[in-house]
Amino acid sequence: MAYAKFKKEMREDHLILAPNMLPIHFKLLTPILKMSGYNVKILTNASDSVREEGLAHVHNDTCYPALLVIGQLIDALKSGQYDLDHVCLAMTQTGGGCRASNYISLLRKALEMEGWEERIPCLSINFSGLEEDSGLEITLPMILHVIYGLLYGDALMWLKNQVKPYELHKGDTDQAIDEIVDELIHLFENGGYQKSKVIYQKMIRRLKQVEQDRSVQKIRVGIVGEIYMKYSPLGNNNLEDYLIEEGFEPVLSGVMDFMLYCLENGLIDYEYYHMHKNTRWIYSIGKDVIMRMQKTFRNAIRKDGTFLEPDDFEEVIRNGKPFINPGVKMGEGWLLTSEVVTLIKSGVNNVISAQPFGCLPNHIVAKGMVHKIKEQYPNANVVAIDYDPSASKVNQENRIRLMMANAKLMSEISEK
Amino acid sequence: MKYKIGFDIGSTTIKAVVLDEYNHICYKSYERHMAQVRQKALDKLRELKCYTKEPFQFAISGSGALGLCEQGNIPFVQEVFASAQGVHTFFPETDVAIELGGEDAKILFFKGSIEQRMNSTCAGGTGAFIDQMASLLDMDLSQMNEASLHFHRLYPIASRCGVFAKTDIQPLINQGVDKADLCASIFQAVVDQTITSLAQGRKIEGNLLFLGGPLYFLEGLRNRFKETLKMEEDQITCPETAIHFVALGAALCAKESFTFEQLEQKLLDLVNQPITLEESSPLFESEQDYEDFMKRHRSHDVQHASLKEYKGKAYLGIDSGSTTTKLVLLSEDHKILYDSYSSNKGNPLDVVLKELKTIYQINPDICIGGSYATGYGEELMVHAFHLDGGIVETMAHYTAAKAFNPDVDYILDIGGQDIKCFKIRDGHIDDIVLNEACSSGCGSFIETFAKSLGYDAKEFAKIGLQAKHPVDLGTRCTVFMNSGVKQAQKNGASMADISAGLCRSVVKNALYKVIRAKNKENIGKNIVVQGGTFQNDSVLRSFEMELQREVIRPSIAHLMGAYGAALYAQDLHPENSSLLTYDQCCQFTHESKSIACQGCTNHCSLTVNTFFDGTVLVAGNKCDKMIKTKKNNLNLPDLYKDKMELIHQYIDKYKHEKKIGMPLVLNNYDLLPFWSAFFDALDYEVIWSSPSTKKMYHQGQQSIPSDTACFPAKVVHGHIEQLIGKVDTIFYPCMTYNINEKQSDNHYNCPLVAYYPEVIAGNMDLKNTKIIYPYLSFDDVKTFVNALILHFKKAGISFTRKQVLQALDKGKEEYLHFKDQLVQKHMQAVAFARDNHYPIIVLCGRPYHLDPLINHQMNQLLTQLGFVVVSEESVPRLQRQKVNVLNQWTYHARLYQAARYVCENEDMNLVQLVSFGCGIDAITTDEVRDILRKKDKFYTQIKIDEIDNLGAARIRLRSLKEAIAQKEGR
Repeated sequence: MAYAKFKKEMREDHLILAPNMLPIHFKLLTPILKMSGYNVKILTNASDSVREEGLAHVHNDTCYPALLVIGQLIDALKSGQYDLDHVCLAMTQTGGGCRASNYISLLRKALEMEGWEERIPCLSINFSGLEEDSGLEITLPMILHVIYGLLYGDALMWLKNQVKPYELHKGDTDQAIDEIVDELIHLFENGGYQKSKVIYQKMIRRLKQVEQDRSVQKIRVGIVGEIYMKYSPLGNNNLEDYLIEEGFEPVLSGVMDFMLYCLENGLIDYEYYHMHKNTRWIYSIGKDVIMRMQKTFRNAIRKDGTFLEPDDFEEVIRNGKPFINPGVKMGEGWLLTSEVVTLIKSGVNNVISAQPFGCLPNHIVAKGMVHKIKEQYPNANVVAIDYDPSASKVNQENRIRLMMANAKLMSEISEK
Repeated sequence: MKYKIGFDIGSTTIKAVVLDEYNHICYKSYERHMAQVRQKALDKLRELKCYTKEPFQFAISGSGALGLCEQGNIPFVQEVFASAQGVHTFFPETDVAIELGGEDAKILFFKGSIEQRMNSTCAGGTGAFIDQMASLLDMDLSQMNEASLHFHRLYPIASRCGVFAKTDIQPLINQGVDKADLCASIFQAVVDQTITSLAQGRKIEGNLLFLGGPLYFLEGLRNRFKETLKMEEDQITCPETAIHFVALGAALCAKESFTFEQLEQKLLDLVNQPITLEESSPLFESEQDYEDFMKRHRSHDVQHASLKEYKGKAYLGIDSGSTTTKLVLLSEDHKILYDSYSSNKGNPLDVVLKELKTIYQINPDICIGGSYATGYGEELMVHAFHLDGGIVETMAHYTAAKAFNPDVDYILDIGGQDIKCFKIRDGHIDDIVLNEACSSGCGSFIETFAKSLGYDAKEFAKIGLQAKHPVDLGTRCTVFMNSGVKQAQKNGASMADISAGLCRSVVKNALYKVIRAKNKENIGKNIVVQGGTFQNDSVLRSFEMELQREVIRPSIAHLMGAYGAALYAQDLHPENSSLLTYDQCCQFTHESKSIACQGCTNHCSLTVNTFFDGTVLVAGNKCDKMIKTKKNNLNLPDLYKDKMELIHQYIDKYKHEKKIGMPLVLNNYDLLPFWSAFFDALDYEVIWSSPSTKKMYHQGQQSIPSDTACFPAKVVHGHIEQLIGKVDTIFYPCMTYNINEKQSDNHYNCPLVAYYPEVIAGNMDLKNTKIIYPYLSFDDVKTFVNALILHFKKAGISFTRKQVLQALDKGKEEYLHFKDQLVQKHMQAVAFARDNHYPIIVLCGRPYHLDPLINHQMNQLLTQLGFVVVSEESVPRLQRQKVNVLNQWTYHARLYQAARYVCENEDMNLVQLVSFGCGIDAITTDEVRDILRKKDKFYTQIKIDEIDNLGAARIRLRSLKEAIAQKEGR
């Protein structure tokens, strides 16, 4: 199949459409990428036609995230809002043994169905050297910007989930987040974004200003899962907000942990199979740098003392090892198991694993590990929720409700 | 007195319980709500007015109550939680409670850590499932229950999903299996379902409590549980309150106080609340619209003639479908003399016998010139009534459709349980799509659904025509649609909207799930629709609306198979038919007996049908071993058989004192020669588990954590179970990377193949058996050797580096030798086929599709049909070629290779075996199809799971054979 490729000069006049996954993070990323010359539009279309376009363009047994993401892109292209001769589609690609690595080929097939494959280029965003000719030029300043952007996004998401459940006036937290995001964008554009220590302090201060009633600690519910289902409100039917409305406090680790997981896998590949002999130092440095940055955030939280801090990633790695071998590296791999264990160890016994129906790695790392985790932690309340284009919301809600009812029961028992 | 009131609103019923202050039950009720959830709740409250003199505590539970509670701000209790409270209060000694409801199955563990589980999105096997089966057998529940108590043997019926089970049961019905056995087998399927999908590795033991309607009403079902779980009578309780239990729990959980007036007002408000529904267009804008539509479709008619006065030759066609039997008698000039469409009522033979007698009675002098049968029960019909022959369904339908539109290029048939569609190009069938077991059950689904809501099917369809806003119910299998209806009921949709919504779903299911129409132009210009389901005008209208194109529905849409068979009979048999005469019909008797075949270790369950004249038909067999029929005794080359023989040679080849166990599963089907030789060099004998059997699978079933994993992965548990006790140490490495055959960008294994040992180690009770599961890759010798030495050392076995290096060489050598042998066998098979003019099928899948339990002996079915069978891995490796998808799995790269290879060879065709739930095949199937399409080759995909029914596969393969023959111009 002949298909259009993204060329450097397209930066000038092409709008890059990207599916949404992390609302806060992506809001930050748009101006950041603009600075490197990429004009990105994060899609927010979420009507039923997204799902329908997905169903019509992707093999229905393909995982739900692929179906949604491709559906969202096609739906946007058909909306008439964009000049089809000047758009380009962006998609991330993990490049492991999971079928998710095939998203971009599936997207091209979907475009072919509409006769657009030679007209609209696709841009693969990956770190595995796939699709080398797709033309995204990654520069060092850009990488730095993106890393900072994602870290700040992680921090905001982490804090938001500890504030929003307690806010007195609905909407205050989201407003505070929006304000901080605007400020951050200003810093990215005009310099000063690297002063993370000060920035984190400001974030914490601003969120503390949101009027809250923290007299009763709400039950904390962890969300783990396939990366898209875990974060994307379109995918998981606004799971975070749903939990907050039902009176719970969601706990989600940041997306940078997933990056660290990918980097760590590079190191494990060397240990296990002597792969990346010449490049492993990059993985090592990358991991160190990101972890140091995360530490700044943890220190800021600790110093302030109001909020709980995220877990140290080395600790996360350690937590998983008694349960699953770090060699499991497809999809979310050992990270998912490690996150569940880490949540339980930090007192979050209730965990939702959001996964696409029939997700292959999750047979191993999610459902496959529950038994072992429960043997060690009998109070663990881990529920796998399958999402697919047809499983109606009632079914998912019912299972989540069951999880919540159990969570309440257990907290009553432990109080007695 | 202050009372507590609890309601439980389920998918079909509303239950109410009133408790007094001492938790005594003052009132309980159980009624169907016919989807009128709000009104029923209000009525119930009014009925209970006598308990509400003082303020009372109130709560509602159940999946049908969610929306009501949310909108009306009424306290809601999650149903499993409610049951748990009830058990806690009334039966504190319970260890495990099993609750089956209309559409839910739940299991609650109390001993140790409290755990509550309910069925996930893909799981039928509940009350609704039993209801469906009952109507399939034309029995009511109490008859089923009664019959099941006198069973003699159990038949394996897939337990994972109701739809699968149905496909399993249908052939059994058609084979004439005893109803008692069927009923018990259906109950057994429910039991297996509960154990695999709910218990998921946790043992069900101690005191057991049965809850919910099906368990309460059906003693036979309880018996199956009892025997399967090996429980004593005194361990089991099924309380009087079993069917009200959730309502009871809700009453117990009720905290909030109401006065009668308060609650009545709340419910009244809900009843009167205007319903907001998503915008969807009605089926007809106006009365005129409807009239035009009806008029247009009435024009596609067939002429009839009087049977009584007819003199010439007549031709009979019988379409023995899964739920109905259709019969057509044609005159020489293609007029219909007689037709019938009747429900099988569990015995299609009786139906046909009655119709034949009627024909002979109307016109005793009728001269039958030819008679053909088609459909699932084709073979049975041909033998029972001495028809002249049978034709594959696809051909029958094409023949019929041609009579209405000679230019027909697309036929879509939605029957009771199956969707068939075929594309016609240049006068031959170009492509056949049959529904995969997952989305089947479409037509009969509407019918059973109508019944469960208290309507008959025709009435229900009619209501749908008036729908103003048909609801969107999704496009997956029926289990999902059930929950969709639940949701619609929750939103207060009207019956008309539900009816039209269901029809729309059936249509979308056919278009997007089965045909996978992406582009309307693709479907064809001259479309003929048929099958019983299209008799429903709402379905037809939805279809035209969805396609935005007018289609032809012949007036005999429901009879097309039989009509086609009759036309075919006329084409082929101008002489007299061998059909039974009236006298013979009167003497007709039929007896069926089920036996287990002793021909091989498969022990297929056979049904022996004996007819009045001594004709015997044995059905249910997978091979021809025990049945000496006139044809099919050819021993055509079959690479699957050859490879199995080779594998057995390896299993027996090496003998040593020291043993190590390995499961013969997944990638080991490819690597067996390597590991056998490898351990031989280390002075170890590998004890391989035997190829899978059903029994073996069931033995490992309890520890399967994910019921949606593919079958080849799920059988691993049984293999390990077999090895435990046989050996001290099991070796089962994790292999992220496969062997690099340099045919792809990377050489991964799929996640399940790569990491299943983790699941085994995490979920199985290995007792005293050690399991060694290092992470190994053949890419790097050093790390391979290190990891191996290290992990064996941990298990107390030491090897030196030199030994392992040598073993590695030996293993590799043997592996290559094995591959060479396969290629040689392949060449021989191809040469044989060419010398003797047999068509060749490249039966593609994964190495582990060699397992006879997994492939359902599809290879034998192919050789029986006269194909020479080779496998994808035996295909000589071609030059690496570019494909349009990310090509990074070794096994999958072989598929693309095989597809190219088939394209280059005129006399070859490809059949791809796909395991249900294989996520990666969602990608490979499309690509393989594209490769074949570009070279104008047929693509046939067969989805396989634990279901043991070759019916659908047989149709596909026969149609493929027919299509190949047609293409070659016969």
